Amino acid sequence: MASHSVREAIAAFRRAPGLALLSAMSIGLSLFVLGTFGLVTYNVEVTLRTIERRVEVVAYLRDNVSAEQLEVLQNDVGSFPEVENVTHVSKFEAMRNAMQQLEEFREVFTDLEVNPLPASLEVQLRPDYRDPESVQRVAELIALYPFVEDVQYGREWVEKIYQLRRLGGAVAAVLGIAFAVVAILIIGTTVRMAVLARREEIVVMQLVGATDGFVRRPFLLEGFITGLAGGALALLLTYGAYLAVNGSLIDLEWLPPLWATLGVLAGGILGLAASDTALRRHLVTYA
Amino acid sequence: MIKLINVYKEYPRSGLALKNVSFHLRKGEFAFLIGPSGAGKTTILRLIHMVESPTDGEVRVSGYSSMRMKRRDIPRLRRRVGMVFQTFRLLRDRTAAENLAFALEVTGGRRSEIKGKVQRLLAHVGLAPRAGAYPDELSGGEQQRIALARALIHDPVVLLADEPTGNLDERASRGIFELTRDINSAGTAVLMATHNLDLVRRYPQYRVIELADGAVVYDSAGEARESGGES
Ligand SMILES: Nc1ncnc2c1ncn2[C@@H]1O[C@H](COP(=O)(O)OP(=O)(O)OP(=O)(O)O)[C@@H](O)[C@H]1O
Ligand SMILES: [Mg+2]
Repeated sequence: MASHSVREAIAAFRRAPGLALLSAMSIGLSLFVLGTFGLVTYNVEVTLRTIERRVEVVAYLRDNVSAEQLEVLQNDVGSFPEVENVTHVSKFEAMRNAMQQLEEFREVFTDLEVNPLPASLEVQLRPDYRDPESVQRVAELIALYPFVEDVQYGREWVEKIYQLRRLGGAVAAVLGIAFAVVAILIIGTTVRMAVLARREEIVVMQLVGATDGFVRRPFLLEGFITGLAGGALALLLTYGAYLAVNGSLIDLEWLPPLWATLGVLAGGILGLAASDTALRRHLVTYA
Repeated sequence: MIKLINVYKEYPRSGLALKNVSFHLRKGEFAFLIGPSGAGKTTILRLIHMVESPTDGEVRVSGYSSMRMKRRDIPRLRRRVGMVFQTFRLLRDRTAAENLAFALEVTGGRRSEIKGKVQRLLAHVGLAPRAGAYPDELSGGEQQRIALARALIHDPVVLLADEPTGNLDERASRGIFELTRDINSAGTAVLMATHNLDLVRRYPQYRVIELADGAVVYDSAGEARESGGES
């Protein structure tokens, strides 16, 4: 049974290798567009995550805060569910950092008699809580402590990150669906042609009492293999694009293996689904 | 074994192709189905092969009923009902032997058994020496022999033949007809639609069912009056 399907599918490729190649290539091209997009999306994700890691709330402390008060505050904030860790930056450390980062002002700082920079708590949020609402909520809670002078967080760019990601998701979905449809149409046409090319055989199969599954299986297998080949081709093309761009234009990260595997598999499943649809519409019953 | 009970068949555009057709074909029986072109002979064979289902009435074939037929039961029914056509319907890109092997393969035949069975069938229809010939290299009569062999691969209880000699000359026709007689005498019932009235007259021992305009107008088995045409 299974060996018949395999032999028939291979025979189909043999009979029309050009057609099989053409359809694998068109699937490959459609999935390549998706692949490139996946690559971009993935890299945007990676970048966003590194940016996000910098999302933090900084609480500037009054100069007269006592060691006990500081400890209470640090423990309290550290136990917020949103908070990953809390770092205390003393007045001295603040000054040292400033002198390191702002070399031009080193003279000015050294001349100062009192250290004007406040001590602060740098509060890092857990990855799940880096959305604008959570950041704001944490900031407001910290601001309630009397010895907290001021609370700052990068409100605007937190929001921008989120907008960017939503937009990226939407574009990916739209493009993804559009190209999947194109690929399905192409595979569907291929299978339809395969069905037409083998109409006589199908008629004889039904005439002598072959089961529906038996009649359909070679075509489904053919669609699946074509889809897989298209997926693999797309992966190859995407990797080519990655090699061409990476290093010369910008630094990119290659897709994680799971994405790549799923992409190729998606090609196979696309091929299978397209074959199935085409069979439903074009499988002749013998007349 | 095959029973049509008050069968009507209506086609969307051409109207009633069969009107109240009833007859019973018994195990091992041989019957001609005659009548002018368009009378409904092919339609009856297609109903028995369950390519079509009746608009009204019931078709019973070897334990299966058109009223309770599920799509997945059809393959099993088709293996019990062999069918041949005027146009043979062989696969032209396969040899005689490959045509038979194909029919066995696609119905789940075991590879180890296929070769032997194909050879037996070829010998049965007298074409063992032409096993490697393609349909285009065979005469019409020889092609029909292959088609008959293919119809027999599952030892059917009945053979349906739709004008099997329609494309053949006198001599080839006789050969094919003799072969169907052999098949019949081995126990397989035969229902043969034909325009060849000479043939029908030459074998008065066989039953004749005559159709006109979708109705049974004569049945030599004497069932015509109860079941048949109002005309
Ligand atoms: N698939 C179909 N769709 C519509 N009408 C059909 C179809 N098949 C047959 N008919 C009609 O049904 C009637 C009976 O046709 P059928 O083929 O059974 O005749 P027949 O006796 O086999 O004729 P012939 O001797 O020419 O083969 C005809 O009027 C024909 O036009
Ligand atoms: Mg006919």
